[in-house]
Amino acid sequence: MSRNLYWCAAVAALLGNPLCAYAADDADLQAIRDQMQQLKQSSEQNILQLQQRVQQAENAAAQAQASAQQPRSIAAPSSANSFNPAVAMILSGTYEQFRQDPAIPVTGFAMAANNTGYTRGFSLQESELSISADIDPLFSGVGTFSLAPEGGVSVENGFVQTGALGSGLNLKFGRFFSGLGYLNEQHAHVWDFADQPLVYRVLWDNQYADDGVQLKWLAPTDMFLEIGGELGRGLGFPGTDQNKNGAGSTVAFAHIGDDVGIENSWRAGVSYQQTRRVDAVSNAVDSLGVPINNQLNSFTGDSRTAGLDFVWKYSPNGNIRERYLKVQSEYFQRREDGLLTDNLANTGSYSNTQSGWYLQSVYQFMPTWRTGLRYDRLDPGTASVGASIAGSIVSNYGYSPSRLTWMTDYNPSEFTRIRLQLAHDESRQGLTDNQLFVQYIMSLGAHGAHQY
Amino acid sequence: MKKIIHTFLLLLLSGNVHAALNVFACEPEWAALTQQLAGDKADIYTATGPLQDPHQVQARPSLIARARNAQLVVCSGAELEIGWMPVVLRESVNSAIQPGSIGNFAAAKYVTMLEVPTRLDRADGDVHAEGNPHIQTDARNFLPIADALSKRLIQLDPANTTLYRQRLAAFDQQWRAAIKKWEQQAAPLKGIPVIVHHKGFAYLNDWLGLNEVAELEPKPGMEPSAAYLGKVLGELQQHPARMVIRAAYQNERPSEWIAERAHIPAVNLPFTVGGTPQATDLFTLFDDTIQRLLAGLK
Repeated sequence: MSRNLYWCAAVAALLGNPLCAYAADDADLQAIRDQMQQLKQSSEQNILQLQQRVQQAENAAAQAQASAQQPRSIAAPSSANSFNPAVAMILSGTYEQFRQDPAIPVTGFAMAANNTGYTRGFSLQESELSISADIDPLFSGVGTFSLAPEGGVSVENGFVQTGALGSGLNLKFGRFFSGLGYLNEQHAHVWDFADQPLVYRVLWDNQYADDGVQLKWLAPTDMFLEIGGELGRGLGFPGTDQNKNGAGSTVAFAHIGDDVGIENSWRAGVSYQQTRRVDAVSNAVDSLGVPINNQLNSFTGDSRTAGLDFVWKYSPNGNIRERYLKVQSEYFQRREDGLLTDNLANTGSYSNTQSGWYLQSVYQFMPTWRTGLRYDRLDPGTASVGASIAGSIVSNYGYSPSRLTWMTDYNPSEFTRIRLQLAHDESRQGLTDNQLFVQYIMSLGAHGAHQY
Repeated sequence: MKKIIHTFLLLLLSGNVHAALNVFACEPEWAALTQQLAGDKADIYTATGPLQDPHQVQARPSLIARARNAQLVVCSGAELEIGWMPVVLRESVNSAIQPGSIGNFAAAKYVTMLEVPTRLDRADGDVHAEGNPHIQTDARNFLPIADALSKRLIQLDPANTTLYRQRLAAFDQQWRAAIKKWEQQAAPLKGIPVIVHHKGFAYLNDWLGLNEVAELEPKPGMEPSAAYLGKVLGELQQHPARMVIRAAYQNERPSEWIAERAHIPAVNLPFTVGGTPQATDLFTLFDDTIQRLLAGLK
């Protein structure tokens, strides 16, 4: 057999056609056919192998190409990664003016923390330093430190997050803002008003944070459905930060959300929090709800809070750069059952259901300019009070605190916000207040992505 | 609720069936390209509309839900989506599409970037460290991106390798022919001085030779102010421009204002698929872009 014949056979096999058959007589033909068959089979295998090698080479080339691009991205890393970790700082300050003393608490919520965070005149607000990064392929971490203007640093958030559990499970542990409600998870610099709604102030001490574990599950559906639970120590109000084993506070929440066309989107949620309050100390108040100096009440009992939240956003063509309208509302109701010891050391039963809600809307009427309106209302409830403390505890204030707030802000870039806010406050019975806030919020450093 | 139950049932039923590749496209142009390359082998969700500013999108619940099930995310990259995609990716807890994984495709990685800043300072406005991210305005960029995206599709779905190769070859051939046609049509645009609203057309200028003499935004991402527009108008006396260009998602008022006073046409370009009624796919996107630019010359 000549070398040429092999070539012919190989080419023929490759082409799948016996092109070279003319080269031999009948006797040879069968032998050639057999050999060709073998060749065909082996060359098919060879072709397969070749194809695989080409595929591998292409993959390698793609990787080489990708890595060839690497020097450029090393020379100019993305700004979120240019610092490992990403560092961001929020600077903010206010000028505030009140007719009434801002320290006077909201009527009917004597057992609440009642921190307004207000300071008359010019003041630097908390500066917030945030450091975040991927820790390794499994975990990412965020540390947010609050630098108080009078000095001192507190850890606002310090948590680690992982999606490594798969199946839509998101695990977070450390100190974090609870996922209850809508506003609770949002940091102060993205609030639409200079302060929190009254219901957040009296029921959550403005924002509920805890040390613990959060597990969320995102359903594999086209519609957004998320269910989450938290176990915590009960650090933040209404928790009483007990020295005990196990969990001091539990939270459960569920959120659903979707788009309606390209212009509308919404999210709705329900949440529940329960904690055992032990020796929760609060100021005793007189019959008008005004605190009595150095006189304290103490409550021990169960606190259960349920909430509903809803937010809807509309933007023409979905282009939020130009204009958008946002409407949001939340409602919380808290039931407290337990024993209360008054300032005269009498102990009696105490149970009450208190609630509050707000409705607010923010309209960006042109790029860089927004305006918003918020209405707040609280119901202090009617307490069932044991006979032994009935003389010192007000069971029914007969007053529903409320407030109307208007704001407008100017945002020359994504990193700056300057805000004017006016509020007509009737949260304290007989002490109508008109409040003025001028606020700036500036973000330095890494470009943060915002939550919905 | 009925929808949810239906979806659950479908998921249970379709668990073993090989379904189409779930693709999450950040912008309409990448949805269109994926469609060209994958046909019905991809189930494509587009995260943003053609009239949305892709820099500023909300990390809406719907985006998180769609990203949860995506096998491939196709975005511009180069930080265009930095204000929203990090939240979507983190909240989706989908390891298949995180940056660096095979299911995360950033188109900007496959083209030569323009306007890579030599200094990074926010005083320069919203600059992107990796360069100008609006790569889709140069038709030539689609060739290497299509090639890379097709390879990615093959990696994710090797069963349809032949189909992806065929579709890529067909697209490549048609696209090269189309580029030739567009370049011929656009010849009169070479060297034409233009004003742009936002620095969104660096790649278009590089391709067709338009000469960008001014921007209406004082700094990238900052709104044009009346004072700044006045300044631009003043400078037009020295360096006259033939037209003022904006992308479909941008406010028309600043460019109309300049156009009226400088007596030059304001040209609205589709910028992406769907940006104008004529730009229905990738081919008509460039047909329409060039027609509108040529109309601006008259």
